[in-house]
Amino acid sequence: MSGAARTAWTRKDLIGIEDLSRAEIELILNTAPQFVAVSARESGIKKVPLLQGRLVVNWFYEPSTRTRTSFELAAKRLSADTLGITASASSMVKGESLHDTLANIEAMHSDIVVIRHSYAGAPHILAQRHPSHIINAGDGCHEHPTQALLDAFTMREHFRKVRNEPRAELDGVRVAIIGDVANSRVARSNIWCLTKLGAKVTLCGPSTLMPPFIEKMGVEVSRDLREAIRDADVIYALRIQLERQKSCLFPSLREYIRLFRIDNESLRLAPKHALIMHPGPINRDIELAAEVADSARSVILRQVTNGVAVRMAIMHLLVNSGRMMPAAASQERGA
Amino acid sequence: MGSGKKAPEQAKVVMDAESMAAAIRRIGFEIVEANPDVGSLALMGILRRGRPLADRLADHVAAIRGSRPRVGSLATTLYRDDLRAGIGCVKPRLGETHFDFNVDGLTVVLVDDVLAAGRTIRAAMDEVMDYGRPARIQLACLVDRGGRELPIQPDYLGEAITARRDEYVSVRFVETDGEDAVILGPKGEEHDAGSI
Repeated sequence: MSGAARTAWTRKDLIGIEDLSRAEIELILNTAPQFVAVSARESGIKKVPLLQGRLVVNWFYEPSTRTRTSFELAAKRLSADTLGITASASSMVKGESLHDTLANIEAMHSDIVVIRHSYAGAPHILAQRHPSHIINAGDGCHEHPTQALLDAFTMREHFRKVRNEPRAELDGVRVAIIGDVANSRVARSNIWCLTKLGAKVTLCGPSTLMPPFIEKMGVEVSRDLREAIRDADVIYALRIQLERQKSCLFPSLREYIRLFRIDNESLRLAPKHALIMHPGPINRDIELAAEVADSARSVILRQVTNGVAVRMAIMHLLVNSGRMMPAAASQERGA
Repeated sequence: MGSGKKAPEQAKVVMDAESMAAAIRRIGFEIVEANPDVGSLALMGILRRGRPLADRLADHVAAIRGSRPRVGSLATTLYRDDLRAGIGCVKPRLGETHFDFNVDGLTVVLVDDVLAAGRTIRAAMDEVMDYGRPARIQLACLVDRGGRELPIQPDYLGEAITARRDEYVSVRFVETDGEDAVILGPKGEEHDAGSI
């Protein structure tokens, strides 16, 4: 908290959690609660004028409902204008390069460009060459920074409330991340984010879906679900990417379900207070049993609610503080 | 208070605890006089130091009328015009807007410690209007230091102070700062940015 209080936001873009300091992460998390309150207003207007007259372009090369909707709502609740571009409906199919497409978007004076792309590094490359504020909404198997931030925010919000410690951070909180770690940008961003915030992360999943040497990221790896969740404060189920299952990364779905599914049976071994999280979309009864997803200990829908607020905080910080310090921002980029 | 006044070498107390208490008591009476129906009254303290002032005014209203008006807090950070113009900075939040009543039809008294440019009040009015349609909005300030940039004037005022641009005016409350005092001093030496 004290570190975050002194930190000013100086980055032009949000590309990944790996680059961020703990103080920067806390600055985002501490900026978000006021935006939760904006969306939750019971009377009057559920928006604030912080990005009035600015243009936010949502540029998605991969299918997405939640993230895309969340960014769009975040922009609208900041009073920005929004524009959506999808791969199938864009000139990408005519062979235009990413740089050319973005240059054309910028010729129409975009302020923030939110991009999701199947190539790891695409947002980074674009951010270096283009003046728009770029937000990475997921790049290949690399990072999904806003997901990790909303997850950390949701965990912190929950533990602050149930433990009645309004200033508590995530230091010492035990998080078990279960499932397909290898193909998951959500897992990678979450590992960066949680370890920087002082949480203890344990990964668990089929060995074919566990990247070698992942321990170097400062996490523990377990092959046994029971062991992984035994003292977990948070159980985070990753989505089994059925579209990738064709490449035969694990023998069968039935085996995965038997060994790694989070259900009432496996949860008997976890602490009663353990929180259930999932980035969505859920494959019901594959990685997460319906009875668990819909249970009182699941905060999956709270993650969605908080996602809008965290994205509002990020857009606000990028546009309203990044702009006043162009020198600092360019230094940051050069570094 | 004359125009030829020199900047003080050192910070000086322009209102002590006693004169602050007298000013707050008087404002309380004036609010009740103008708004006898406490049931339709809401005092909204602009964070940070408008809130302790609003609480004290509510205490006075309660003592005079026998019932306490609603009290809320306004952060105004999300409505500030300097952020959008790129000249302000995104500060760690001072606190959050909080009130548990509907403003529709109420007389909302905005309460702030120091009135200067008037831009904070503009932001506060926009914020309140986004929550509903108050019957009327009024303004109570402990100190008016001048330097208005918008056509905004207080309905209830403790004291007008002539402060130059290179001077700060800092209002301190027991609740937030451990003492009651209004301090005027040369800029750059303020121990706490009490104004603006």
